[in-house]
Amino acid sequence: MTITAQGLTWGIPLLRLLAALLLLLTFAMLAQRRLLTLIHLLAWQGMVLAAGTALVALLTGQSELWFSAALTLTLKAILIPTVLHRLLRRLQVRGDVEAVLNIPLTLLAGIALVIFAFFLAAPITALTGTVTRGMVGIALAAVLLAFLMMITRRKAISQVVGFLAIDNGLFFAATSATLGMPMVVELGVALDALIGFVILGIFFFQMRETFDSMDLQHLEQIREE
Amino acid sequence: MISCLPLDLATGALLLWLGLGLSGLLLGGWPTLACRLVFPLSSMVALLLTTAGFTALTATPDHLQLRGPLPALPWSFQIDPLSGFFLILLGLLACAVALFATGYFRSLPGPALRRLMLQYHVFLLGMGLVLLAANAFTFLVAWESMALASYFLVVTEHEKADSQRAGFLYLLIAHLGALAILLGFVILAGATISQGGPFSAMLHAPLNAFWAATAFLLTFFGFSAKAGLLPLHIWLPDAHPAAPAPVSALMSGAMLQIAFYGMLRVDFLFLGKLAMWWGPFVLMVGLATALFGVLFAAVQTDMKRLLAYSSIENMGLIMVAFGLALIFRAHGLNALAALALAAALYHALNHAFFKGLLFLGSGSVLHGAGSVAMDRLGGMIRQMPQTAFFMLLGTLAIAGLPPLNGFASEWLLLQAFLLSPALPQSTLSAVLPLAASGVVLAVALAAYAMVKFYGIAFLGQARGTRHAHEAGRWERSAMALLSVACIFLGLFPGVLLNLLHPVLQEMLGQGFAIQQGLWLTPVSAQRASYSPVIFFLGMATALGLSFLLIWSFFGRPLRRVPAWACGFPIRTPAMQDSPMGFAQPLLRIFAPLYQAERQANDAGRWRVRIGEPVYRGIYQPLNRIVFWLSAQVLRLQQGRITLYLLYSFLTLLILLALWR
Repeated sequence: MTITAQGLTWGIPLLRLLAALLLLLTFAMLAQRRLLTLIHLLAWQGMVLAAGTALVALLTGQSELWFSAALTLTLKAILIPTVLHRLLRRLQVRGDVEAVLNIPLTLLAGIALVIFAFFLAAPITALTGTVTRGMVGIALAAVLLAFLMMITRRKAISQVVGFLAIDNGLFFAATSATLGMPMVVELGVALDALIGFVILGIFFFQMRETFDSMDLQHLEQIREE
Repeated sequence: MISCLPLDLATGALLLWLGLGLSGLLLGGWPTLACRLVFPLSSMVALLLTTAGFTALTATPDHLQLRGPLPALPWSFQIDPLSGFFLILLGLLACAVALFATGYFRSLPGPALRRLMLQYHVFLLGMGLVLLAANAFTFLVAWESMALASYFLVVTEHEKADSQRAGFLYLLIAHLGALAILLGFVILAGATISQGGPFSAMLHAPLNAFWAATAFLLTFFGFSAKAGLLPLHIWLPDAHPAAPAPVSALMSGAMLQIAFYGMLRVDFLFLGKLAMWWGPFVLMVGLATALFGVLFAAVQTDMKRLLAYSSIENMGLIMVAFGLALIFRAHGLNALAALALAAALYHALNHAFFKGLLFLGSGSVLHGAGSVAMDRLGGMIRQMPQTAFFMLLGTLAIAGLPPLNGFASEWLLLQAFLLSPALPQSTLSAVLPLAASGVVLAVALAAYAMVKFYGIAFLGQARGTRHAHEAGRWERSAMALLSVACIFLGLFPGVLLNLLHPVLQEMLGQGFAIQQGLWLTPVSAQRASYSPVIFFLGMATALGLSFLLIWSFFGRPLRRVPAWACGFPIRTPAMQDSPMGFAQPLLRIFAPLYQAERQANDAGRWRVRIGEPVYRGIYQPLNRIVFWLSAQVLRLQQGRITLYLLYSFLTLLILLALWR
């Protein structure tokens, strides 16, 4: 992928800014207690992702990345957050997200994870060009942080948000680090995430039918002794 | 003239069986018609398979390859003298059993009959395919369909808890065995396993000593799970009483021998070069199995359970002969190996016939008298005279009495033992006579168990059942057929040994001396020879003369007294010798083995319960260990999603750190 010299001067710093934003948003999600805000943050993450993809499209001139950016915007920044929003209202889930671990401790663990991610990404960064240095580390950190969020939350909806955030992190790694990926792969990943989302949506309703609550603690009693 | 190749004939017969099973499924709505139509046809098809087996003994080996489910996995079939011999065994037994089934299953309700007919024929098909398979893939598919079909047949009466338990145990052991066989084949086939593991690539597999031993142990374990060798026999005594009589006859007579077929093919043809210790190992397992089986057969009170333990004993004897053949082969004494192997194959065929006969007979008793519990039977010879006659023949044959077939094969086995001083290794030739005496003990105890089997159930006075009816025409004709087979094999052993010649030639490269006329001479006429016909004539003359003599002196006037009254006027039939009472000497001598629990109930009845030492000693501790391990694993499973996520998260982190 060739990038114009003019692109290098302002495009790459902008991409880095977006990457930093992504990481910041993930941290914000990790710290957030309220479900509604969590969904808003997810929507913002989708926006950043779409912007990143659009930027890469602009810099490299790959026309299919424009399509990809549009898809990301509609699916991840608008459609899924809206549906989640509606779900929240229909299920009448209120109140805070109860965390298993308290927030400051989670954030500290998150910082450790970011360091670990950069440590992991170091050999890859050494291989890639100067352009995308640091991107892989950030994307990996976003994935790990989202995973951490899934672990530390009790409400089922926040698990879904975490799951989608993992997908966002992967997607960002793919577009920014390698400057675009084949459309087929992208469609596959998008479909995967969508199906996971649908399954979890059905699971919500089932769970509500059965336990009258979204609290995952109730699932503990259905294990086989 | 169209020449029909043995392989075409055999595969055709198997396809016909499948067709019969499917038509049985369709015709199940008219039970009488289905029984009268499907089973006799099945019997004809079995004869076709037998013909294929006979022609395969002399024809050149043949191959057939069909497209499989994947391009690299073909269905592959072959026929050679070894599979031909076992096809004869399967065909003849299936022929008689199908005749019996015609009458036996006529009272079964439609849906049950439907299922049974399909499973019965799939079982036969599976056994046939195992014998014809020419690659590991085909073999294992056939092996598993045989196991599954027989599982469904065992749980025919699935509403009974006993049947369910028996079926589960059988399925468990069968799967363990299949797994071991699969692993063994993987070792034997090496890289060719990805092409389905053709048997031609496994011939004389180039393995070093360690891998050859591993392959041998794995396949021996796998096949002995099916053959019911110690300590994997525990499914047998439960499965046989649970299954309907024709199925028991097939399982005991044919399926156990098919496991033996697998051992023969793997050990003699695939492994080829035998290690020194394999033979003694197999012989010891066989001897332990034989003694164990017969000791427990003697103390059973259920006819079919007794027969099941007796099957274990007979498999043990076959394994002893097989082990002896392995020993001779490993030392390069091919002529002696041929003798031992001939004894094993001969006994396998004999066992199929007399055990089939006895199982069918006990099925008749179950239908006629309503029970096979020996403490309810007695005096059946009066109520079912024809069945009793056939059963007497079967009992004499299995007890190893000349001139019937059991004696001939056991005599051959002992002849092979007597030649063991020819072995160069002195320890072995010193120990083998001890093993021979163990075999003689097992055979003698088998006679004891059979005296009990026949004496308690058929002789004496009726204990509970007074209105038993004789078996139907179909059943009797089937039993007559098997009786004739037992007599024929007993009187003309030379005919069979000549048939075995190509099989031995294939396995060992050396056959058996061709037998002439009425004499059976394994080595030379100076050493030992046996002529059943002359023996029979002599015995018959001596018996007839002494009968005439006694009758003319003391026989007049003729008096009729109750049987086994010992001169006393018996008050009740319960005062006769009971099945447990008959076994008392053994129960006392081998008390630690039986772990018998004696208790009297309120009605004043004395009950003795026989434990199963292997089950208690091996399976229960194993069971406890498995449960303990699962309880440990259960700690991981807390039911909390976050915890499960944490597991995958930590795994991910560790893998990432390692990968870096």
